[in-house]
Amino acid sequence: MKKLRLVVIGNGMAGVRTLEELLRLAPDLYDITLFGAEPHPNYNRILLSPVLAGEQDFDDIVLNDLDWYAAHGIELRLGRTVVAIDRPRRRVIADDGSEAAYDRLLIATGSSPFVLPVPGNDLQGVLGYRDIADTRAMMEAARAHRHAVVIGGGLLGLEAANGLTRRGMDVTVVHIGDWLLDRQLDRTAGELLRGALEARGIRFRLRSQTAALLDDGAGRVGALRFADGREIPADLVVMAAGIRPNVRLAADAGLPCGRGILVDDTLQTFDPRIYAVGECASHRGIAYGLVAPLFEQARVCANHLAMLGFSRYPGSVTSTKLKVTGIDLFSAGDFMGGEGSETLTLRDPVAGIYRKLVIRDDRLVGACLYGDTRDSAWYLRQIRERRDLAALRDRLMFDPADAEAELPAPCPVVEPDLSIRQCA
Amino acid sequence: MSATTRITPSTCCYCGVGCGVLIEHDAERILGVSGDPQHPANFGRLCSKGSTLHLTGDRDARGHHPQLRLGKTLARTRSDWDSALEHAANRFAETIREHGPDSVAFYISGQLLTEDYYAFNKLARALVGTNNIDSNSRLCMSSAVVGYKRSLGADAPPCSYEDIEQSDCLLIAGSNMAYAHPVLFRRLEEARARRPEMKLIVIDPRRTDTAELADLHLAIRPGTDVALFHGLLHLLIAEERIDRAFIEAHTEGFDALEQLVREHTPAQVSALCGIDEDALRQAARLIGAAPSFLSLWCMGLNQSTAGSAKNSALINLHLATGQIGRPGAGPFSLTGQPNAMGGRETGSLSNLLPGHREAGNAEHRAEVAAYWGVERLPEAPGLPAIELFEAVRSGQVKALWIACTNPAQSLPDQARVHEALAACPFVVLQEAFFTTETCHYADLLLPAASWGEKEGSVTNSERRISHVRPAVPAPGEARPDWAIVCDFARRLERRLYPGRPGRFAFEHPAQLFDEYKGLTRGRDLDYSGLDYALIDREGPQQWPFPAGAQGGTARLYGDGRFPTASGRARFVTEPWRAPHEQADERYPLVLNTGRLRDQWHGMSRTGTAARLFGHVEEALLGLHPDDLRQRGLADGQLVKLSSRRGSLVLPVQEDASLRPGQAFLPMHWGDRFLKGLGTNVLTLPAFDPLSRQPELKHALVNVEPAELAWPFFALIEGDVQVRFEALRPMFEGFEYASFGLAGRERSALVIRAARREAPGSEWLEMIDRLLGLAEGPLLAYDDPRRAIGKRVRLEGERIVGLRLAGETAARRWLRQLWQDGTLDPELRRWLLAPLASPPNASAAAAGKTLCNCLDVSQDAVCQGIARGLDLDGLKRELGCGTNCGSCVPEIRRLLATRTVPA
Repeated sequence: MKKLRLVVIGNGMAGVRTLEELLRLAPDLYDITLFGAEPHPNYNRILLSPVLAGEQDFDDIVLNDLDWYAAHGIELRLGRTVVAIDRPRRRVIADDGSEAAYDRLLIATGSSPFVLPVPGNDLQGVLGYRDIADTRAMMEAARAHRHAVVIGGGLLGLEAANGLTRRGMDVTVVHIGDWLLDRQLDRTAGELLRGALEARGIRFRLRSQTAALLDDGAGRVGALRFADGREIPADLVVMAAGIRPNVRLAADAGLPCGRGILVDDTLQTFDPRIYAVGECASHRGIAYGLVAPLFEQARVCANHLAMLGFSRYPGSVTSTKLKVTGIDLFSAGDFMGGEGSETLTLRDPVAGIYRKLVIRDDRLVGACLYGDTRDSAWYLRQIRERRDLAALRDRLMFDPADAEAELPAPCPVVEPDLSIRQCA
Repeated sequence: MSATTRITPSTCCYCGVGCGVLIEHDAERILGVSGDPQHPANFGRLCSKGSTLHLTGDRDARGHHPQLRLGKTLARTRSDWDSALEHAANRFAETIREHGPDSVAFYISGQLLTEDYYAFNKLARALVGTNNIDSNSRLCMSSAVVGYKRSLGADAPPCSYEDIEQSDCLLIAGSNMAYAHPVLFRRLEEARARRPEMKLIVIDPRRTDTAELADLHLAIRPGTDVALFHGLLHLLIAEERIDRAFIEAHTEGFDALEQLVREHTPAQVSALCGIDEDALRQAARLIGAAPSFLSLWCMGLNQSTAGSAKNSALINLHLATGQIGRPGAGPFSLTGQPNAMGGRETGSLSNLLPGHREAGNAEHRAEVAAYWGVERLPEAPGLPAIELFEAVRSGQVKALWIACTNPAQSLPDQARVHEALAACPFVVLQEAFFTTETCHYADLLLPAASWGEKEGSVTNSERRISHVRPAVPAPGEARPDWAIVCDFARRLERRLYPGRPGRFAFEHPAQLFDEYKGLTRGRDLDYSGLDYALIDREGPQQWPFPAGAQGGTARLYGDGRFPTASGRARFVTEPWRAPHEQADERYPLVLNTGRLRDQWHGMSRTGTAARLFGHVEEALLGLHPDDLRQRGLADGQLVKLSSRRGSLVLPVQEDASLRPGQAFLPMHWGDRFLKGLGTNVLTLPAFDPLSRQPELKHALVNVEPAELAWPFFALIEGDVQVRFEALRPMFEGFEYASFGLAGRERSALVIRAARREAPGSEWLEMIDRLLGLAEGPLLAYDDPRRAIGKRVRLEGERIVGLRLAGETAARRWLRQLWQDGTLDPELRRWLLAPLASPPNASAAAAGKTLCNCLDVSQDAVCQGIARGLDLDGLKRELGCGTNCGSCVPEIRRLLATRTVPA
């Protein structure tokens, strides 16, 4: 019998992880064709920062080498960007004119850095931070130039700033928010983080808006001008002010998109033959930009591609880690707290430790840990499982797992959501 | 010693043993103390309290300037001596003019020097014209005074300390001498080591450290002493161990007594006292067979509604056996205060007059009046302490002058005492420490000089008079008590008797001594032959020491002649009477109060030395393990302790030295250290009909769990007195609040408290400001909804302060970490965790300090015992017990309980 044809657009972590899950469930169901815009096999994008920081090489972060594709009979088309999806004919068309027919299509086109719409954003020396090419460009710039400006005090921006500092550049991070990682940390933790990074030589301009990037006279960026008119030198500008899901292809094909390609709890798009996973997808209104939800999506999506059809993706509780050596931070869930929630806090400013747990109705709903991220996995599990922790409350901050083990009776568990259990 | 340090010989200011101390100082500050090897009371020894005198008296706790308030609702403000005493003289003169001399009163102290007492007595009786002058000796020795006077004719302890060493059989009744008179106990221990055949009987409801040393411990039911003594006499008579010849020649009244004790059969007495009949018989045999028999007693006999009867019943045994007036024999009361004896000599109880005279005796009044050159002395009886404060409460006494004592801590039924002090229109307090509970009520607070700062004389328990010498100046404007009294008296004199020649022109304490000693001439205590110069030359002397004598008198009544009308000693025949309160269903436990080893009285002085809290750090109620079990109480649990008069909340402590049904609470805790007016909120004002001494050691109480959901603990290093004063008022809203000090080189204030519900967050903010824990680099844990908040301040790797609110499980090991002064970095993340012990065993709590001199913990001693060390081995390896020796009885007890028989 002729096998079904599966085409995957995107050789990134989401697409390949879905294939891995699928091959485990149904190794012989599909003939698989994979398009990758980058000329590389699949690599671990989240380890670009250690590469930039000089802690790892590119070879260290390759996930699946070319032999892997061959061994699984995957037709790998590298360096080809899919430019169109012909849904009526169930074919995809690449930039070189080649085509591939599909019975099922998986879109995993990922995202692109958001480029600030300011004058000079197209100058030489202005980069996003997305792939190995960007990483190499930054490493190149660090050899020849001195002043780097990173726009964006989020995870990616701070990792870039750290890497460039490690490579000898004077780095200033320009951030529009009140504190660093303002989506991942509360103010206290963000300020501790700033202190730690300042101690490493990184400068910060918080609450600062970039107005323009200025030409050095030779077509390369030479300075950055703030909205208030002040300027700082900048031989390299890294845009790390957010990402935009790559939805153009899907939108052009008539698939409904919001911030990402709209998918249901099975990761199916509006077209039942087409699935989308990863940063390009928008599930229940959220386009995730972290690796953990992407893996959870991959597992559910593979279940349906394998025609098992029983798995469901309810969304992810995300957690944050910063890949800056020596700085431990973690956050998950609703760590800001607010009306109806209670907070537990532990501070040891001298040791650089701040831990905050947010509780609602005796259940852990959020955690923000800085300097001491012990028990973060345990907290994340509690946030996901929504267990009643009243009996552990006083020890929650210190040794929750031990305290749990010492409880006379097992901790009461709320009726678990089956789908969570499966994707956990 | 540096070139500027000097040594001044003086005396210790604590108990009645009256040890000589050598004060090392630089003429500004006291730097150290050591025992005076020349002083015959102690020959160089000092106890744990005496040897730490130089660590006490924190100047932040001292009064530096007079303080005056012109209305009860106003705060006191700084005044100067002239205005302060003018104001006092006006108020007293007005009150006396308007309401008569008995509308004013003086309440003074067994800690005053003889010269101070004399000035006060002359002021009250000769100038004001009232007998309303009483002292805290009323709470201490007045039953012994009555005992001696009724049985022997004069208030004169007939023995010397050397008799303790020479006796063949010692009976210690109602005295935990190991704690209360440690240096004498050391002498006793050493004597027994030399003469192991010496017998020791201890009568005490508790198995105290003193009882541990005994050959025979009679743990009688509290308050049955009289029956026991009568029972012993019954057996002595039955076994013909009495001295009929002595009785015949030197006593009277034996027949009636013999009649009475006939009913006191061994079976009845042992049942009543709750002891074995065999033990009773053994005690009688030990006494009867002893060539010399000496008895020592203290508050167990005196602080009782039958205090006079107990004293006389014990003295009866000596008279019946002729065991008096010989070496190693006699009834020998131990005095609680350093100069209670001097007070008795100078007439500092309302019913006395100087020179062992009676205020109720017209002849005596006439003698003293003549000596003072006044027409007459007041006839109306004065008010003894309990009745005095009752009269203050009822408004009868309208101006009260208190000196050197703390009635708002020490009198029974504190609720009424506080009411009285609050109601009194004019309260003057002359005090060295402006931190005492009574200070709160003073309208005029006068700073007094204290130990090491004043000159005068004291008489110790063996009638020995020492010259007290000053080493350093008093702080600020503080003045010696006698000087304050005389200054005030001169001002009052001008108002009451303008134009009359002044009788208070004393400029030096020697003048007071010399005038006073004339009043002893011809009396039993005659020490008209003494003066400061003689004492300085010949050393401290025992009275009587009449003019022309070559030396003092070591022993009285050697000739069998007694200072009674007939020259015979008197047997006192009084039946046993039950204590005032009896157990019932509501109050089933008998509360006994007593001393701790390292605290003294209301702790105004000892409470300033952190080291003295090492042995016992907080107020704890002792209960027998069975009583804890029956009530479902755990060791350390907070309980509400109530009597018919009041209640306290504090932790219970398992105490196997008690008998079931008995509770023990140290007498020292006042409202400052233990919120709720302290120990004496529970005790009762019932008193002995003759001595007027209250029954402080037998109150009926109940114990029930105190469910207080919100605990609090704080420890803060440095400025302890200033912080104590600032923080203590913040705890009025607490059901439980206990304050103490901790540490050795570094002192800290420790606060333990609990209340039903969490206070508002503003309260905690205020507390943190006072603790210095409001800002800066602090470890902090907060769970606001549950009102849990914890703070630790570190300096480097050392805890310097901590505050646990709402949850205090880690308080013990954190406190120990503070004391250790180190911090394992691994422990840092656990400092705020709710763990009762640290996660690794290395930081295990060291517990209480057993040996305060050498800083050896109980744990270290127990480990030594486990290694097989005996007392000498422990002394050699750990050093414990090698300095003052106060901890030796306790070490011996540990050895006895922990050594596994081979």
